[in-house]
Amino acid sequence: MYETMLVSRFFEEAIEAIYLEGKKPVFNMAKGPIPGEMHLSNGQEPCAVGVCAHLTSSDIVTSTHRPHHAAIAKGVDLARMAAEIFGKKTGLSGGRGGHMHIFDPDVNFSCSGIIAQGMGPAVGAALSRKMQGRDGVAVSYIGEGAANQGAFHETLNLAALWKLPVIFVIEDNAWGISVAKSASTAIPNNALRASAYGMPGHHVTGNDPIAIFAAAGEAIALARSGGGPSLIDIETDRLAGHFMGDAEAYRPKGELEALRARDPIPAFARRLQSEDALSDADLAAISDRARSKVDDAIGFARESAYPEPDEALDKVFV
Amino acid sequence: MSSGAVAAANERRLTIARAMAEAIAQEMRIDPSVFVMGEDVGTLGGVFGNTRGLFDEFGGERVRDTPISETAFMGAATGAASDGMRPIVELMFVDFFGVCFDAIYNSMAKNAYFSGGTVKVPVVLMTSTGGGYSDGGQHSQCLYGTFAHLPGMKVVAPSNAYDAKGLMTASIRDDNPVIYMYHKGLQGMGWLGTEPAATVHVPEESYTIPFGQAAIVREGKDVTIVSVAMGVHNALKAADLLAAKGVSAEVVDLRTLVPLDRDTVFASVSKTGRLIVVDEDYHSYGMTGEIIASIAERDLSVLKASPQRVAYPDIPIPFSRPMEQFALPSPEKIIEAYEKMKGRRGWRWM
Repeated sequence: MYETMLVSRFFEEAIEAIYLEGKKPVFNMAKGPIPGEMHLSNGQEPCAVGVCAHLTSSDIVTSTHRPHHAAIAKGVDLARMAAEIFGKKTGLSGGRGGHMHIFDPDVNFSCSGIIAQGMGPAVGAALSRKMQGRDGVAVSYIGEGAANQGAFHETLNLAALWKLPVIFVIEDNAWGISVAKSASTAIPNNALRASAYGMPGHHVTGNDPIAIFAAAGEAIALARSGGGPSLIDIETDRLAGHFMGDAEAYRPKGELEALRARDPIPAFARRLQSEDALSDADLAAISDRARSKVDDAIGFARESAYPEPDEALDKVFV
Repeated sequence: MSSGAVAAANERRLTIARAMAEAIAQEMRIDPSVFVMGEDVGTLGGVFGNTRGLFDEFGGERVRDTPISETAFMGAATGAASDGMRPIVELMFVDFFGVCFDAIYNSMAKNAYFSGGTVKVPVVLMTSTGGGYSDGGQHSQCLYGTFAHLPGMKVVAPSNAYDAKGLMTASIRDDNPVIYMYHKGLQGMGWLGTEPAATVHVPEESYTIPFGQAAIVREGKDVTIVSVAMGVHNALKAADLLAAKGVSAEVVDLRTLVPLDRDTVFASVSKTGRLIVVDEDYHSYGMTGEIIASIAERDLSVLKASPQRVAYPDIPIPFSRPMEQFALPSPEKIIEAYEKMKGRRGWRWM
């Protein structure tokens, strides 16, 4: 899990640096090797690894507009994902999707740029597994803002009604772009909403991969044994802006510094050193492996060719 | 094949509702991945009768009543379809799509493209269209153009039971999302009042009607009338009235709006030189404009007169009977359109 968190963080740092190429001194989203909006997942890695460590490639994950960490933890092809983010022909979708539309059917991963719109597809995939008698659970990642969407309530009800093997995971980073959760949500803890639909609700604090792993383990075991859905509400931290270029003037002074001081990756490293006696050399070796995976993926994306423009006309229908 | 061509011996006349249910049942028997979900599709058999008998034969696991949670079950259809199933989803009235449009046009319709064609979404959405029975402006719209405008979905709108069955079978077997729009006034439900000409001979065996092939349902040489669904029946009635005046009208039933058979329309207009497009959907930015633009772009010189359209005015659908009937397309309005075209003799009228 630690190594996967590092891959994710190094990947996002690489994307961040490349994203800014060609966008200075005047920020223009359309410029540079990676145009468009960019939502980085720095700080939210524990949510990805703590849940996905329980999954195999045949389980289903739907993610959000901030999908890279979950995709990496689910085993999405890193090089082809990078190429997709660059808009290259070798990308997972040949450049048609981009960073908010990562699809890798080989590992049953998809995401949507629309809030809460991964929830229905996760419920449907879980229904499909149940009807076909095939193994597998579906995990739907959402942000805390999505808990106020109609889709949230409709899909929780449907999943509980039909007792489907699906786990809803809220990555609560406390901010819906600039609106604080306290200004958008009537209750402090969205796990409480699970009881409205007769399913277990887990509330995990501390952005702690081990605690998330434990809660997810319970929920996924329940789903695999035919016990139906669960809701996991995770308090996590968004260490980047909502999107690249976000000045974050809405954050209280000092908040970002405080969040960075409790960055989950160094915290996890310290824990591994003290509890599992990993040496500095062990950690360095893990770090080197992660760095090299990311370098290879980014290199592949950079070197890949763009699609022919008129390929845009293909694949509307299959 | 047009309905008229098969209406001979050994007739087995079915309503559109029964033809749809028969096609679904036949596909469910041969393909275990096909299932139905939606509002009142189970024991009720669909408010408009198109899932009648399916619950008894296949049970509640494969014919699932859903809560009134359209966003959830439209999204679920997308997820199930991407995981190897072939869901058929019923959403009673096309007017209700607003509550779940995001799940349809942003995901169901686009996921194949976003995935570079690696993800398939074989969903059939069934929904009713059309008014004429004073159900007000939230239960009477057609919205054909809305769905045809958005890329990624095929759009089907049958005018008779023969086509309804073949198009349904083709819809279920298609690997893409298809919206199957059936007109309430053609459905064969007694309580709605039904256009009798929609109830035609339907073979018992399974067959498909390929998408993107319009049908010439009446041949003529003086004017082409293009339409879908209920509009086809208005066009056929207008053609009868025109025949009494010595005018020979050709009627084209598009059958599918996406893909659109522009070639058949163009060939017909090339022959007749005159074009009237009839649509119960709203006038502006819709199918009528699309058909006329297709001809104009391809070769304006085939036209002997300015094309005309008979469509729903750009107003919310009124409740009161005289107001609603005033607004609906009708055979009389098609005749008027023809007379108007004739009145404008400025340009190559022959």
